[in-house]
Amino acid sequence: MSDSNTDKVESGPESEDACSPQVMVQAEGVWKVFGRNPERILTPRYRDVPKKDLQRRTGCVIALRDVSFAVKSGELFVIMGLSGSGKSTMIRTLLRLVEPTAGALRVADKDVVAMDHEELIQFRRDKVSMVFQNYGLLPHYTVLENAAYGLKLRGNHKEEREARAIEALKTVGLAGWENYYPASLSGGMQQRVGLARALAKDPAILLMDEPFSGLDPLIRRQMQDELVDLQAELGKTIVFVTHDLHEALKLGDRIAIMRDGRVVQVADPEEILNNPHDEYVKAFTRDASPARVFTAATVMEDPEILLYRRQGPLTARTMMEHQRCEWSFVVDRKKRYLGVATRDVIERLAKEKKHILNEEDLLYVQPVPPDTVIEDLFGQVSSGSYHVPVTDEHGRLLGVVRPRAILNALSTEDADA
Amino acid sequence: MRDFPEWIRIPVADWVDTGMYWILANLGGVFDWIGSIGLQVLLVVERALVFVPWWVAIIAIGLLARRAIGSTRAAAAIAVMLFLVGAFGYWAEAMNTLSVVIVSVAFSVALGIPLGILMAWSNPVRNIVTPVLDAMQTMPSFVYLIPALMLFGLGRVPATFATIVYAIPPVIRLTNVGIREVSPAVIEASKAFGADRWNLLFDVQLPLARPSILVGINQTTMMALAMVVIGSMIGNRGLGMEVLLAINRVNIGQGFEAGISIVFLAIIIDRITNAFAKAKTVEVAMGEGDDEEEHEEASGAAARHG
Ligand SMILES: Nc1ncnc2c1ncn2[C@@H]1O[C@H](COP(=O)(O)OP(=O)(O)OP(=O)(O)O)[C@@H](O)[C@H]1O
Ligand SMILES: [Mg+2]
Repeated sequence: MSDSNTDKVESGPESEDACSPQVMVQAEGVWKVFGRNPERILTPRYRDVPKKDLQRRTGCVIALRDVSFAVKSGELFVIMGLSGSGKSTMIRTLLRLVEPTAGALRVADKDVVAMDHEELIQFRRDKVSMVFQNYGLLPHYTVLENAAYGLKLRGNHKEEREARAIEALKTVGLAGWENYYPASLSGGMQQRVGLARALAKDPAILLMDEPFSGLDPLIRRQMQDELVDLQAELGKTIVFVTHDLHEALKLGDRIAIMRDGRVVQVADPEEILNNPHDEYVKAFTRDASPARVFTAATVMEDPEILLYRRQGPLTARTMMEHQRCEWSFVVDRKKRYLGVATRDVIERLAKEKKHILNEEDLLYVQPVPPDTVIEDLFGQVSSGSYHVPVTDEHGRLLGVVRPRAILNALSTEDADA
Repeated sequence: MRDFPEWIRIPVADWVDTGMYWILANLGGVFDWIGSIGLQVLLVVERALVFVPWWVAIIAIGLLARRAIGSTRAAAAIAVMLFLVGAFGYWAEAMNTLSVVIVSVAFSVALGIPLGILMAWSNPVRNIVTPVLDAMQTMPSFVYLIPALMLFGLGRVPATFATIVYAIPPVIRLTNVGIREVSPAVIEASKAFGADRWNLLFDVQLPLARPSILVGINQTTMMALAMVVIGSMIGNRGLGMEVLLAINRVNIGQGFEAGISIVFLAIIIDRITNAFAKAKTVEVAMGEGDDEEEHEEASGAAARHG
């Protein structure tokens, strides 16, 4: 079934029609059972037996149970779950480091399950890179040789692979460390080598299995930030495994939550928090401090009143009196945020017989982007007399954050927990 | 009733004899051929050793020891030992013994490392080979002399054959152990980047198993030396023969000199090969923090098996 498809891929998956975002990684009904005669577990007799009972009755450990998901090109897809939920098994199965017991896998438009040994090795060399929690660096290779190893296996010449490895090491901030051995590097630096090794291949898809779990919190946050930057720059398709909700929420475009080998919910971070699929997900999200999870976009509201620049002071005064407001945000014709007009300012402008609300006459309250977490808004909300304006990248006013909205967001979450 | 009944008799001895005679009758030519080639190799190595003037040999070994061990005093001690062997009048015998050791170890390594790799790759192979190695190591070493004698007659060729059979287990075992102890995380990462079996072997497994393999080679060498001495019972000349003669003549003085020469040779070979194994370990340990530990484990395993 794969022959015609394989040919198409050889000419480059990018050349496919660009209308709908292309699916780069797809799992459909994937099962993995460890133990003897794993196929029998798929029969109706055992299919729905809970993991623990199954292990007692048959000695088989079920790691993946009918897992399906699809990752689009350029997406950072997070797989999250508690220890033993099958995350590592799932991500390994994508490269057939673990053989699936049943199901279909398409990665970079290739049928992974149908590949023979040679094709599989070629596929691992060409299409996909993986980053491991325990780094998996070759201890007897230098940093440079490690970073170049994927290219060496691919058969690139020494000069070429070293040039690309040096480039990748630069990207991860390890320039100058080329000739050291991994043992002389800190954990964070070793993981950067792992990342450089993955990036040097310039793969279509990056698989990362808890890459930052072994690092201490500060380095970890730093690496996460760098991954976000890197992803903004490179736009890879990434499948990222973690057991840490904060990490998932911070990095993920979408998150799949796994439990006992099943995917129980796939959604974007907001959705996961606002609409946890079941008690399990809710329990997961409980420890996520809402202050670090909710963003300005979640809690912002429309302003009660909005003045346009071209409206004169007299109109403004009338509107403010009508709405009983002491102040208002002012925007221009394209709804770009300009500042705050208070009653005092309006009165003065009216006296001076101005026809428009000029920027220089207004007070300026610092706007925030919509993805600011509300924890970062506390200071501004509590100290200022005005609400916090939220603007997009073009400076357009999207909404305002009121103290009450923040309190609401925090308290409903507490009530749930 | 207390004695084992005579009518229960499993004639293993007969079977082995029959098998052996069958081999001799049908494959005798092959063994003659192998024997003559083996003899040529042994003679070439021995001639090369004897060709080197004794003082050049002592200086060369001293320098080698200095390089390997890194201590001038130890190197000097080794040079003195070698000098004493000559001073006892056993230079030629020592070179003869050494030539058999060198050829046996070379064969053992050439055969043992691939076999160890096969063992590491396949559990069935390991399950078959392990008990055979166990048996080989518990078997009294003299027993190997009999088939060696039957196949190759008297002389240094059968002694070499017996030596190889006796000395090969450690290098096989420690190659297997070394490869199996390579961190699975490193193996998996390499596989994920598209390493096939041979990439894994040459890029990952053998380099990381090297300390363990070198320990195996060291043990094999020591066992070879021990067996060469015993090999003199089937006509191998050399130091062992001198000991044997001393026993026959109840000549304590000669026995002592020959015995001490063997001990000196053993110390020299052990220190130098051991130092090489260690040196390589340190080099790799610089590359990985817990490699030292790995080496300890390998040595531990060696101690268990050896
Ligand atoms: N090689 C194996 N043999 C037998 N069972 C296995 C094997 N690998 C994984 N399992 C089992 O499969 C289940 C899922 O394991 P997996 O490693 O995928 O979990 P995980 O979500 O990655 O956990 P963690 O967060 O601890 O890494 C577990 O119950 C585990 O015991
Ligand atoms: Mg895992």
